[in-house]
Amino acid sequence: MNAVALVLTVFVACAVEAVEALTIVLAAGLTREWRSTFQGMAVALVVLAVVVAAVGPALTLFPLGALRLVVGALLAVFGLQWLRKGILRASGYKGLHDETSIYERQVAAARAAAAGGKHGVHDWYAFTLSFKGVLLEGLEVVFIVITFGANQGNLGVAALGAAAAVLVVAGIGVAARAPLARVPENTMKLAVGVMLTSFGTFWGAEGAGVTWPGHDAALLVIVPVIAAVTLAYVVLLRRSHAAALAAAAARPTASAVSPSTSQEGAR
Amino acid sequence: MNRWLRSFGAFWYDFVIGDDWRGAAAVALALAATALLVHAAGVNAWWLMPLCVIAALGWSLRRATSGGS
Repeated sequence: MNAVALVLTVFVACAVEAVEALTIVLAAGLTREWRSTFQGMAVALVVLAVVVAAVGPALTLFPLGALRLVVGALLAVFGLQWLRKGILRASGYKGLHDETSIYERQVAAARAAAAGGKHGVHDWYAFTLSFKGVLLEGLEVVFIVITFGANQGNLGVAALGAAAAVLVVAGIGVAARAPLARVPENTMKLAVGVMLTSFGTFWGAEGAGVTWPGHDAALLVIVPVIAAVTLAYVVLLRRSHAAALAAAAARPTASAVSPSTSQEGAR
Repeated sequence: MNRWLRSFGAFWYDFVIGDDWRGAAAVALALAATALLVHAAGVNAWWLMPLCVIAALGWSLRRATSGGS
């Protein structure tokens, strides 16, 4: 994989997570106070940077075969999670990730929370909300940066891609002063899911001892195949969802529960 | 301490495994089978992982949409 693909994958994955973190930071900053919010964000970013700086170089000490097996397995598992959620959302079985409603919920909770400082922080609620939001969303990015970077022996380029995404999203967020609800998050998540699953499959199998036909060029087949399968699943599930809705509408008194309100729709 | 350990474990389980543990199990089994085919049987089983990943995704989606997850 060349550096451009590495940066692009990390950039898109990081942008998605940064949009989600921005929603939480804005809710904390606009309803509580900015100083404690920025403190929480800064501490979380330092923790994430320390994790990358400590774990990233340590991973490169492992033999490449073992590293690819473990990292490939984790990336494939991670990618399947992203694809599963993305496909269920794209087909209507699960509600789309709505930054506006998440923001409104966070704002309501922030307004209701008690004021008060701790450990030298003026507003402890704003600090912890911002810290947790940035840390939890950032952990996924750190995982992707470390695994992609260590496998390609290019941790610096992967970290650059992540930093660029954070700067772009933060810049747009500061300018808009509102959650970035119009970002096509689900499409971006599907794209990242395809990349994580493809690279996980490639590296995992390589770590298990496989020699891919065409070596690295096999990725030029794996990525489009996984993307095509993803789109096929979306189309199939959209049809079955529409058919289930039509069947439910045809018998209005039979059941009040719509297929979209299954347990998947609630998460 | 016990509660902290439990929530720490729950966080990492949710972070790595997520909503459906079967996906993770399928990936682990596929990699184990690939390694076995390569090292014990001498078969370059590059095709196994993509097939298993695609099947695991389909299986997981089927369970989710039929309310069986």
